[in-house]
Amino acid sequence: MSTPENPEATSAAPRAASASFEKRRQRRAWLFLLPTLVVVAFVALYPLAETFYLSFTNARLGTGEPARFVGVQNYVDLAQDSYFHDAVLLTVFFTVVTVLSELTLGLGVALVVNSQFKGRSAVRAAMLIPWAIPTVISAQMWKWMYNDVYGVFNDLLVNRLGVLERNIAFVADPDVSFWAVAVIDIWKTTPFMALLLLAGLQLIPSDLYEAARVDGATALQQFTRITLPLLKPSMLVALIFRTLDALRVFDVFFVMFGNRPDMQTMATYAQQTLVSISNIGYGSAISVALFLIIAVFIMIYLAVFRTEEA
Amino acid sequence: MDLTPQHDLRAWRATALLLFVVGLCACRGDKSPPAGDSRPPAAATTAAAVAEAPGDSAIKAQPPAVSNAAEAKKYAGSKLKYYSEPVGVGAELDRVMIKQFQQDTGVEVTIIPRPKDATETYAVYQRLFQAQSGDVDVLMLDVIWPGAFAQNLVDLNEKLGEAAKQHIESIVRNNTVDGKLVAMPWFTDFGLLYHRTDLLEKYGYKKPPETWDELEQMAKKIQDGERASNPNFLGFVWQGKAYEGLTCNALEWIASHGGGAIIDDGKITVNNPGAQKALARAKGWVGSISSAGVTSYEEEDARNTFQGGNAAFMRNWPYAYAAGNAEKSPIKGKFGAGPLPHEPGQKSAGTVGGWQLAVSKFSPNKDAAIELVRYMTSPEAQKFRATAGSFIPTIPSVQQDPEVVKSLPFLANAKDITLVPRPSNSTGARYNEASIAFFQGVSQVLQGKEPKEVLGQVEQRITRALR
Amino acid sequence: MKGSSRDSGGRRSPGQGALRALFYLLVAAVVGFTVFPFVWAFVSSIKPDDELFTTPVRYWPGRATLDNYRLVLENGEFQTALMNSVIVAVSVTAVSLAIGSLAAYALGRFRFRGRSAVLYIVLAMTIFPQIAVLGALFEMINFFNLYNQLPALILTYLIFTLPFTVWVLTGFLKAIPREIEEAAYVDGATPWQVFTRIMLPLSVPGMATTGILAFIAAWNEFLFALSFTQTPDKRTVTYAIQAFSTTTSGLYEIPWGQTMAASIVVTVPLVVLTLVFQRRILAGLTAGAVKG
Repeated sequence: MSTPENPEATSAAPRAASASFEKRRQRRAWLFLLPTLVVVAFVALYPLAETFYLSFTNARLGTGEPARFVGVQNYVDLAQDSYFHDAVLLTVFFTVVTVLSELTLGLGVALVVNSQFKGRSAVRAAMLIPWAIPTVISAQMWKWMYNDVYGVFNDLLVNRLGVLERNIAFVADPDVSFWAVAVIDIWKTTPFMALLLLAGLQLIPSDLYEAARVDGATALQQFTRITLPLLKPSMLVALIFRTLDALRVFDVFFVMFGNRPDMQTMATYAQQTLVSISNIGYGSAISVALFLIIAVFIMIYLAVFRTEEA
Repeated sequence: MDLTPQHDLRAWRATALLLFVVGLCACRGDKSPPAGDSRPPAAATTAAAVAEAPGDSAIKAQPPAVSNAAEAKKYAGSKLKYYSEPVGVGAELDRVMIKQFQQDTGVEVTIIPRPKDATETYAVYQRLFQAQSGDVDVLMLDVIWPGAFAQNLVDLNEKLGEAAKQHIESIVRNNTVDGKLVAMPWFTDFGLLYHRTDLLEKYGYKKPPETWDELEQMAKKIQDGERASNPNFLGFVWQGKAYEGLTCNALEWIASHGGGAIIDDGKITVNNPGAQKALARAKGWVGSISSAGVTSYEEEDARNTFQGGNAAFMRNWPYAYAAGNAEKSPIKGKFGAGPLPHEPGQKSAGTVGGWQLAVSKFSPNKDAAIELVRYMTSPEAQKFRATAGSFIPTIPSVQQDPEVVKSLPFLANAKDITLVPRPSNSTGARYNEASIAFFQGVSQVLQGKEPKEVLGQVEQRITRALR
Repeated sequence: MKGSSRDSGGRRSPGQGALRALFYLLVAAVVGFTVFPFVWAFVSSIKPDDELFTTPVRYWPGRATLDNYRLVLENGEFQTALMNSVIVAVSVTAVSLAIGSLAAYALGRFRFRGRSAVLYIVLAMTIFPQIAVLGALFEMINFFNLYNQLPALILTYLIFTLPFTVWVLTGFLKAIPREIEEAAYVDGATPWQVFTRIMLPLSVPGMATTGILAFIAAWNEFLFALSFTQTPDKRTVTYAIQAFSTTTSGLYEIPWGQTMAASIVVTVPLVVLTLVFQRRILAGLTAGAVKG
């Protein structure tokens, strides 16, 4: 995490005159920051604090009852709520499955695309597309391909290839639906992951490989001894971003499954509780829990990061 | 899009041919329609068989003139937003009636289809009211919602109190909260079992099933037989998606197994042997007499399958009756509707549905909105909706009208059905939370979990919702 | 770029030729997997309904038709939704760039106490789950009477566009050599003048990059649109398309042909934008990720 540090490393101005000048500059800086700070306070900090507060109340919309402070009641309920447990497990499982697949597949794709070949930039551009279009829309496209009667996948598997006897209800069948949605996420994000890793690959100096070749290292050795270690920082950053995204996944599950209980993520469960049920108190507690789980993941990654750097 | 007579004839011929083929159960035809006709003939493998091209009105009859036009004209030019039926025949009826109203009164009405899923509709209303939004004037209310939304609705007593006296008293009472009439009855509903008369006969059955066991046997036998020619044929279709409709379906199963009505006398009774047995039974249907896909079905999906000739039995609301008998329906005249099955010794159950029309307190055009409600709920309008869309009138005299009686033959044996209300009296404004807990539990059973364990969790969740 | 000269150059043996073929097969597989859903959506969108809802599936329309596009584009609600999306995405981008560049100037070119605290808060916002503020934002929007109004979206979308803008632009401005700025100060310019006359023109490439990313993010947003708007005249395209399949009047069946046509219509501008600006986007993303 290299932040842009110390823009004015050493001031050239004489010390005496600079005191009041510095003060003025400081004030200016805050003035320039003001609009952003107001917006941040308004749409992020205050709402976040409010969410924490609301999670200790029984606030509901539309009941006409005033909100009451209920202490940790909502959290006690969460601990006993099997739907919440299922949502946490599903979300974490989804995160692990998709992020790991995306990382391995993405690395493979990055290595392929890193080679010299004709049409390379066209391929890279094509890879950006799944990332660029709205998840809601790609989910619709996939839902149509998954259709149990008229979908192209069923047609391929049953009629053309003869792999299956009968059509599969990819979206409805509980044994398949998780994998169906995981594939959509992997499709959307693997190319993106590959592009991030590609940027990392290109930072590796090519003379390292040449030196290795002179020393008689095999391709595999070059990969494990040079590529992987030097790519680690890029991989970790990509991992962090993808993990956070996967943990808060909402759109694709909402479009594919609506209120279906066995396919609820933490975010869809929170949204349902907040919006469909209008139970602001309990919904806020779910949101806070999601927030904390994300924080735990970040801390784990940062710890790994630090030991790597040390 | 208007069909020329030639097209009409061709479609009719294709339909007739198809019905013949269906009758012989050799209906895996994939007949391409003549070029230029955007509607395929009713091939059994195409869902579009029963689809109408957008804008192509399925309603041939003319809606009644606006009898309160004189009063309503006072508000000519004002603009209303009406949260209407989202899909199917109801949406079509809304379109033609609103058109009539605009013509006769000069009031402009924007039709906003409410979300298909009642759970979402409820949430939408709640958000609109919470925001005191003027973006809704007239809205459809499920029979269980007047209590929850009363504080946001206009008291219609002054202007429509007299008209309300014509309607079934129990519904008017349901819509009266603290002495205020917050919604006008529009139509009433209960669950029915639809059966294919031609298929029953073909497989040697004299009458539709009375018990669930009978239903299962008959559905199995017909399905096995029909699949020889139509691999996608299903024995029984219903509403299995995790939404309000599943609450209605499951309530019927449970009540007809002697398992009560989720909450009885203010006590949460949902976890009992009868309910467990009912849910275990329904779980057995998924993947046998119903496809695995039934767990994503709403009303229209079920009707689509049944009307396309691809199912022997269906659970649905009365509206499917008129739709199934529409001119180009492949099953026209080949099906009947009656009470749902029950366990031996229990009675048939039908979940009470039905919708009301109400006016938002935050509407900027309340008077015009009330006139729209007056028209839509008038005896003439209800008769029109009954004959054109088989929506059950809420006015007893209209129910007894000979034309209406002819259009709604299933009303005659409705007395065998125990009408089961959803537990909104005990839940009040928290109905949605309780209902979601319930239908999500049922959904989990359909996906393979143990009824007993799940119902325990449902009980716990409803308890928490009502605390 | 030079990373893998391993594969290129040198003489070709037959074995290498086969390897080369395998390699291109791999590339083709990657591209095929990536673009197939679009191809399929497109093919479906030009099929008439009777070819769409038929088994076995037809892989190419017998009679291609633009009916679905006509229906979608004539659909007033869809037009409105497209317009709304443009308004929201453009406004969010403009606001983010305007106030974000100011903040980036302060963070990139000034030294003051609390600077790194501000930077970390901004960074923390980028990893923020939107759902965590949904309930509270809803209350706030009601309080300001913004429910079902486009400004509600413009305001709340800043939560994910602004931090990114600030972060990337800060890095960008920091890289500008000190001498340019100092020369201006020597000539008696005020910080504001330095900002408008020197910093802004120099940071145009950075602004373009972050602007495109902000635009795409706002265009694609769904959760807030779903929660803070309601009536069809206020929906953005993501919400409209989601509602499309549940309310549009193919009387009895989800109108898949139209849904696919609408998806293509919404996707095309993004694809064009992506293809035209791919280098910028990649630069922005990797800057954000590598620096983040």
